[in-house]
Amino acid sequence: MNGPLDFHGWQRRRLLCATAGIAGVLWLRKAPAAQADLAAAIAAFAAGAPVRAGRVTLEIAPLVENGNVVPIKVEVQSPMSEADHVKAIAVFNERNPQRDVAVFHLGPRAGRATVATRIRLANSQQLVAVAQMNDGSCWTHGVDVIVTLAACVEP
Amino acid sequence: MSRALITMPTTAKRGEIIEIRTLIAHPMETGYRPGADGAILPRNLIRRLSCRYFDGRDDVEVFSAELFPAVAANPFISFCTIATASGTLRFSWSGDNGFAQTESVTLTVT
Repeated sequence: MNGPLDFHGWQRRRLLCATAGIAGVLWLRKAPAAQADLAAAIAAFAAGAPVRAGRVTLEIAPLVENGNVVPIKVEVQSPMSEADHVKAIAVFNERNPQRDVAVFHLGPRAGRATVATRIRLANSQQLVAVAQMNDGSCWTHGVDVIVTLAACVEP
Repeated sequence: MSRALITMPTTAKRGEIIEIRTLIAHPMETGYRPGADGAILPRNLIRRLSCRYFDGRDDVEVFSAELFPAVAANPFISFCTIATASGTLRFSWSGDNGFAQTESVTLTVT
Protein backbone atom coordinates (compact mmCIF):
# COMPACT_ATOMS: atom_id res chain seq x y z
CA MET A 1 0.00 0.00 0.00
CA ASN A 2 2.89 2.32 0.74
CA GLY A 3 4.66 1.33 -2.41
CA PRO A 4 2.81 3.39 -5.04
CA LEU A 5 2.53 6.39 -2.68
CA ASP A 6 6.25 6.30 -2.02
CA PHE A 7 6.87 6.02 -5.71
CA HIS A 8 4.70 9.07 -6.34
CA GLY A 9 6.43 11.04 -3.56
CA TRP A 10 9.79 10.13 -5.01
CA GLN A 11 8.74 11.17 -8.50
CA ARG A 12 7.28 14.42 -7.21
CA ARG A 13 10.45 15.19 -5.30
CA ARG A 14 12.57 14.43 -8.34
CA LEU A 15 10.41 16.70 -10.50
CA LEU A 16 10.57 19.52 -7.93
CA CYS A 17 14.32 19.18 -7.68
CA ALA A 18 14.71 19.23 -11.45
CA THR A 19 12.46 22.32 -11.76
CA ALA A 20 14.31 24.12 -9.02
CA GLY A 21 17.60 23.20 -10.65
CA ILE A 22 16.51 24.51 -14.06
CA ALA A 23 15.14 27.72 -12.51
CA GLY A 24 18.40 28.15 -10.59
CA VAL A 25 20.48 27.66 -13.71
CA LEU A 26 18.32 30.13 -15.67
CA TRP A 27 18.61 32.70 -12.88
CA LEU A 28 22.36 32.23 -12.63
CA ARG A 29 22.74 32.51 -16.39
CA LYS A 30 20.59 35.68 -16.52
CA ALA A 31 22.32 37.60 -13.74
CA PRO A 32 25.85 37.67 -15.24
CA ALA A 33 24.35 38.47 -18.68
CA ALA A 34 22.64 41.59 -17.26
CA GLN A 35 25.88 42.55 -15.49
CA ALA A 36 27.86 42.11 -18.71
CA ASP A 37 25.34 44.25 -20.64
CA LEU A 38 25.63 46.96 -18.01
CA ALA A 39 29.44 46.83 -18.09
CA ALA A 40 29.38 47.03 -21.90
CA ALA A 41 27.05 50.07 -21.85
CA ILE A 42 29.30 51.84 -19.34
CA ALA A 43 32.44 50.99 -21.33
CA ALA A 44 30.82 52.37 -24.50
CA PHE A 45 30.02 55.63 -22.71
CA ALA A 46 33.53 55.87 -21.21
CA ALA A 47 35.04 55.50 -24.71
CA GLY A 48 38.07 53.52 -23.56
CA ALA A 49 38.87 55.52 -20.41
CA PRO A 50 39.13 53.56 -17.16
CA VAL A 51 36.03 54.00 -15.00
CA ARG A 52 36.93 54.63 -11.36
CA ALA A 53 34.70 54.80 -8.30
CA GLY A 54 34.41 58.16 -6.56
CA ARG A 55 33.59 61.86 -7.09
CA VAL A 56 30.02 60.94 -8.10
CA THR A 57 27.07 60.59 -5.74
CA LEU A 58 23.89 58.95 -6.96
CA GLU A 59 21.04 59.72 -4.60
CA ILE A 60 18.08 57.34 -4.70
CA ALA A 61 15.82 55.77 -2.10
CA PRO A 62 17.16 52.24 -1.37
CA LEU A 63 13.61 50.90 -1.15
CA VAL A 64 11.36 52.05 -3.97
CA GLU A 65 7.62 51.53 -3.55
CA ASN A 66 6.53 52.65 -7.02
CA GLY A 67 8.86 51.82 -9.88
CA ASN A 68 6.96 54.10 -12.26
CA VAL A 69 8.26 57.32 -10.72
CA VAL A 70 11.60 57.12 -8.93
CA PRO A 71 13.33 60.42 -8.12
CA ILE A 72 17.09 60.33 -8.60
CA LYS A 73 19.77 62.97 -8.17
CA VAL A 74 23.38 62.86 -9.35
CA GLU A 75 26.01 65.15 -7.90
CA VAL A 76 29.61 65.28 -9.08
CA GLN A 77 32.45 66.89 -7.15
CA SER A 78 34.00 69.26 -9.64
CA PRO A 79 35.03 72.92 -9.63
CA MET A 80 33.16 73.30 -12.97
CA SER A 81 35.80 75.68 -14.28
CA GLU A 82 36.89 76.04 -17.90
CA ALA A 83 39.93 73.84 -17.16
CA ASP A 84 38.20 71.18 -15.06
CA HIS A 85 34.53 70.42 -15.54
CA VAL A 86 32.06 67.62 -16.05
CA LYS A 87 31.25 67.04 -19.70
CA ALA A 88 28.49 64.49 -19.32
CA ILE A 89 26.64 62.47 -16.72
CA ALA A 90 25.00 59.19 -17.73
CA VAL A 91 22.77 56.90 -15.74
CA PHE A 92 22.54 53.18 -16.51
CA ASN A 93 20.39 50.39 -15.14
CA GLU A 94 20.85 46.65 -14.98
CA ARG A 95 17.43 45.10 -15.62
CA ASN A 96 15.13 47.44 -17.52
CA PRO A 97 14.51 46.48 -21.19
CA GLN A 98 17.20 49.02 -22.19
CA ARG A 99 20.43 49.79 -20.32
CA ASP A 100 20.37 53.58 -20.84
CA VAL A 101 18.30 55.78 -18.55
CA ALA A 102 19.44 59.29 -19.47
CA VAL A 103 22.52 61.23 -20.56
CA PHE A 104 23.03 64.83 -19.44
CA HIS A 105 25.48 67.14 -21.19
CA LEU A 106 26.97 69.89 -19.06
CA GLY A 107 29.74 72.42 -19.34
CA PRO A 108 31.55 75.10 -17.35
CA ARG A 109 28.42 77.27 -17.66
CA ALA A 110 26.53 74.85 -15.40
CA GLY A 111 28.26 76.19 -12.28
CA ARG A 112 27.38 73.09 -10.30
CA ALA A 113 27.36 69.51 -11.55
CA THR A 114 24.02 68.48 -10.11
CA VAL A 115 21.15 67.00 -12.09
CA ALA A 116 17.90 65.43 -10.96
CA THR A 117 15.15 63.56 -12.76
CA ARG A 118 12.49 60.89 -12.27
CA ILE A 119 12.91 57.43 -13.76
CA ARG A 120 11.24 54.04 -14.14
CA LEU A 121 12.56 50.81 -12.67
CA ALA A 122 11.24 47.46 -13.90
CA ASN A 123 12.90 45.38 -11.20
CA SER A 124 15.08 45.34 -8.11
CA GLN A 125 18.44 46.07 -9.64
CA GLN A 126 21.66 48.03 -9.70
CA LEU A 127 21.70 51.62 -10.90
CA VAL A 128 24.96 53.25 -11.98
CA ALA A 129 25.80 56.90 -12.55
CA VAL A 130 28.90 57.71 -14.62
CA ALA A 131 30.44 61.17 -14.94
CA GLN A 132 32.77 62.01 -17.80
CA MET A 133 35.20 64.89 -17.14
CA ASN A 134 36.58 67.21 -19.79
CA ASP A 135 39.96 65.38 -19.58
CA GLY A 136 38.18 62.13 -20.53
CA SER A 137 38.41 60.48 -17.12
CA CYS A 138 35.31 58.70 -15.86
CA TRP A 139 34.00 58.36 -12.32
CA THR A 140 31.16 56.21 -11.13
CA HIS A 141 28.83 55.36 -8.28
CA GLY A 142 26.50 52.35 -8.21
CA VAL A 143 23.52 51.80 -5.94
CA ASP A 144 21.43 48.67 -5.40
CA VAL A 145 17.71 49.39 -5.31
CA ILE A 146 14.81 47.23 -4.20
CA VAL A 147 11.59 47.85 -6.12
CA THR A 148 8.28 46.60 -4.73
CA LEU A 149 5.95 47.76 -7.54
CA ALA A 150 7.65 47.39 -10.90
CA ALA A 151 7.13 49.73 -13.84
CA CYS A 152 6.12 48.43 -17.30
CA VAL A 153 4.06 45.55 -15.87
CA GLU A 154 0.69 47.26 -15.49
CA PRO A 155 -0.79 48.55 -18.74
CA MET B 1 1.20 71.67 -27.28
CA SER B 2 1.91 70.07 -23.96
CA ARG B 3 1.77 71.85 -20.69
CA ALA B 4 5.30 72.74 -19.61
CA LEU B 5 6.38 74.12 -16.26
CA ILE B 6 9.69 75.85 -15.71
CA THR B 7 10.63 76.87 -12.19
CA MET B 8 13.59 79.20 -11.90
CA PRO B 9 14.37 82.62 -10.43
CA THR B 10 13.60 85.54 -12.75
CA THR B 11 16.24 87.74 -11.16
CA ALA B 12 19.75 86.83 -10.04
CA LYS B 13 23.05 88.39 -9.14
CA ARG B 14 25.84 88.21 -11.71
CA GLY B 15 27.77 84.97 -11.26
CA GLU B 16 25.12 83.37 -9.10
CA ILE B 17 24.34 79.70 -9.70
CA ILE B 18 20.63 79.28 -10.32
CA GLU B 19 18.68 76.04 -10.20
CA ILE B 20 16.24 75.36 -13.02
CA ARG B 21 13.50 72.76 -12.77
CA THR B 22 11.55 71.69 -15.83
CA LEU B 23 8.50 69.52 -16.18
CA ILE B 24 6.48 68.73 -19.28
CA ALA B 25 3.27 66.76 -19.71
CA HIS B 26 4.04 63.75 -21.92
CA PRO B 27 3.14 60.02 -21.66
CA MET B 28 6.72 58.84 -22.47
CA GLU B 29 5.30 55.61 -23.93
CA THR B 30 8.16 53.10 -23.77
CA GLY B 31 7.25 50.79 -26.66
CA TYR B 32 7.51 47.77 -24.34
CA ARG B 33 4.07 47.99 -22.74
CA PRO B 34 0.90 46.19 -23.90
CA GLY B 35 -2.26 48.26 -24.23
CA ALA B 36 -5.81 47.32 -23.26
CA ASP B 37 -6.14 45.04 -26.34
CA GLY B 38 -2.88 43.22 -25.59
CA ALA B 39 -1.00 44.75 -28.51
CA ILE B 40 2.25 46.60 -27.77
CA LEU B 41 1.69 50.35 -27.69
CA PRO B 42 3.96 52.15 -30.16
CA ARG B 43 6.88 54.07 -28.72
CA ASN B 44 6.28 57.78 -28.12
CA LEU B 45 9.09 59.46 -26.25
CA ILE B 46 10.63 62.85 -25.70
CA ARG B 47 14.20 62.17 -26.79
CA ARG B 48 15.93 65.41 -26.02
CA LEU B 49 15.78 68.56 -23.90
CA SER B 50 18.07 71.45 -24.63
CA CYS B 51 18.51 74.73 -22.78
CA ARG B 52 20.08 77.64 -24.65
CA TYR B 53 21.12 80.83 -22.86
CA PHE B 54 20.95 83.93 -25.03
CA ASP B 55 22.49 86.91 -23.25
CA GLY B 56 22.12 89.46 -26.08
CA ARG B 57 25.47 88.50 -27.68
CA ASP B 58 26.00 84.77 -27.54
CA ASP B 59 23.50 81.97 -27.80
CA VAL B 60 25.07 79.04 -25.92
CA GLU B 61 23.64 75.63 -25.19
CA VAL B 62 24.29 75.42 -21.44
CA PHE B 63 22.57 72.08 -20.88
CA SER B 64 21.08 69.21 -22.83
CA ALA B 65 19.69 65.82 -21.94
CA GLU B 66 19.06 62.65 -23.92
CA LEU B 67 16.11 60.70 -22.59
CA PHE B 68 15.42 56.98 -22.93
CA PRO B 69 12.32 54.84 -22.17
CA ALA B 70 13.45 54.54 -18.53
CA VAL B 71 12.60 58.18 -17.87
CA ALA B 72 9.24 58.47 -16.11
CA ALA B 73 6.12 59.93 -17.75
CA ASN B 74 5.88 63.74 -17.60
CA PRO B 75 9.67 64.07 -17.59
CA PHE B 76 11.08 66.20 -14.81
CA ILE B 77 14.65 67.42 -15.17
CA SER B 78 16.50 69.82 -12.95
CA PHE B 79 19.94 71.34 -13.48
CA CYS B 80 21.98 74.45 -12.69
CA THR B 81 23.48 77.30 -14.64
CA ILE B 82 25.43 80.46 -13.91
CA ALA B 83 23.58 83.77 -14.36
CA THR B 84 26.12 85.54 -16.58
CA ALA B 85 24.05 88.38 -18.04
CA SER B 86 20.43 89.40 -18.52
CA GLY B 87 18.83 87.45 -21.30
CA THR B 88 16.51 84.65 -22.28
CA LEU B 89 16.70 80.95 -21.57
CA ARG B 90 15.11 78.85 -24.27
CA PHE B 91 13.99 75.33 -23.43
CA SER B 92 13.32 72.96 -26.34
CA TRP B 93 11.93 69.47 -26.04
CA SER B 94 11.91 67.20 -29.07
CA GLY B 95 10.86 63.62 -29.57
CA ASP B 96 9.08 60.91 -31.50
CA ASN B 97 6.22 61.65 -33.91
CA GLY B 98 7.71 65.08 -34.62
CA PHE B 99 7.17 66.31 -31.07
CA ALA B 100 8.74 69.74 -30.60
CA GLN B 101 8.04 72.43 -28.06
CA THR B 102 9.92 75.52 -27.01
CA GLU B 103 9.42 77.72 -23.95
CA SER B 104 11.31 80.85 -23.02
CA VAL B 105 12.01 82.47 -19.67
CA THR B 106 13.53 85.92 -19.24
CA LEU B 107 16.24 86.28 -16.63
CA THR B 108 17.29 89.67 -15.26
CA VAL B 109 20.84 89.75 -13.92
CA THR B 110 21.87 92.57 -11.62
